[in-house]
Amino acid sequence: MTEPTSEHVVSYGTYVRVWMALVVLTGLLVVAGRLYHESLSVPALLTITPLKAGLVLYFFMHLRYERPYIRGMVFVALGTLTVFLSVLFLDLSFR
Amino acid sequence: MTEGAEHAEHVHKDREAAKIGMWLFLFTEMLLFGGLFILYSAYRSRYPGDFHRGGQQLDYVIGVVNTLILLTSSLTMATSLTALAQRQRRRAVFLLTTTVLLGAVFLVNKSFEWSVKFHHGIYPSSPELLARPPGEILFFGLYFTMTGLHGLHVVAGIAVLSVMTFLVARGRITAADPVKLVNAGLYWHLIDVIWIFLLPLFYLAA
Repeated sequence: MTEPTSEHVVSYGTYVRVWMALVVLTGLLVVAGRLYHESLSVPALLTITPLKAGLVLYFFMHLRYERPYIRGMVFVALGTLTVFLSVLFLDLSFR
Repeated sequence: MTEGAEHAEHVHKDREAAKIGMWLFLFTEMLLFGGLFILYSAYRSRYPGDFHRGGQQLDYVIGVVNTLILLTSSLTMATSLTALAQRQRRRAVFLLTTTVLLGAVFLVNKSFEWSVKFHHGIYPSSPELLARPPGEILFFGLYFTMTGLHGLHVVAGIAVLSVMTFLVARGRITAADPVKLVNAGLYWHLIDVIWIFLLPLFYLAA
């Protein structure tokens, strides 16, 4: 079988930029979580955290360079988890 | 020796299948921790005040420091693959060794954090903990379970990456056939992703 995908080589610079973005987002998360009122900190935690996870998945875990079917598989797995969480919150909010 | 090398050339390898297998394993890990996140959310919504107070008793500085350590270890892990692809084997070994060391520093920090809690009489089923309100008992139960399970994953990751470092150093993982290292890297990055979620849940949402 001929090799369909040689590993995509990502430059050092790209990785360092992603790492810097992750560090900055962590800083923002801490500031939002510790210094401000809950009305601001909760939405910040709920947006910045998935964004950080997304950066790791997309760049460090190479999803950006993967074929669509692997991305699709990840989407289905995370989608399933999101459905579980949504059903849980629906259940909790109508109790 | 020559026979072995000749034989190796004919071994059928399917990188795509290896990668799919790794991702399927990672999905089981995501759902394992996902289930615990769901448990956490359910109890947090039932005992918001107790969880809030529980979070205030954790040192967020150590949580943030450990986050920076794991993020940096992810960087060294990812760049080791670039080094390997560019046939800079020494640099790849150096970056992988750094990754393993950062993982070890993470565990040392975690053990300090846990021992301080133990010192204060807070550990699963401790008399001090059982005297507290139900939500706090649940908070610390989840804290020890989730960070402990995560810690076990870090230990496993360190073990796997140590073997990979050895294989790279010995020229058994190469730019032409990096799939073992790629998959080990995926595992390490997932450990990082899980910690990214644990940080706000336990240390920042207080």
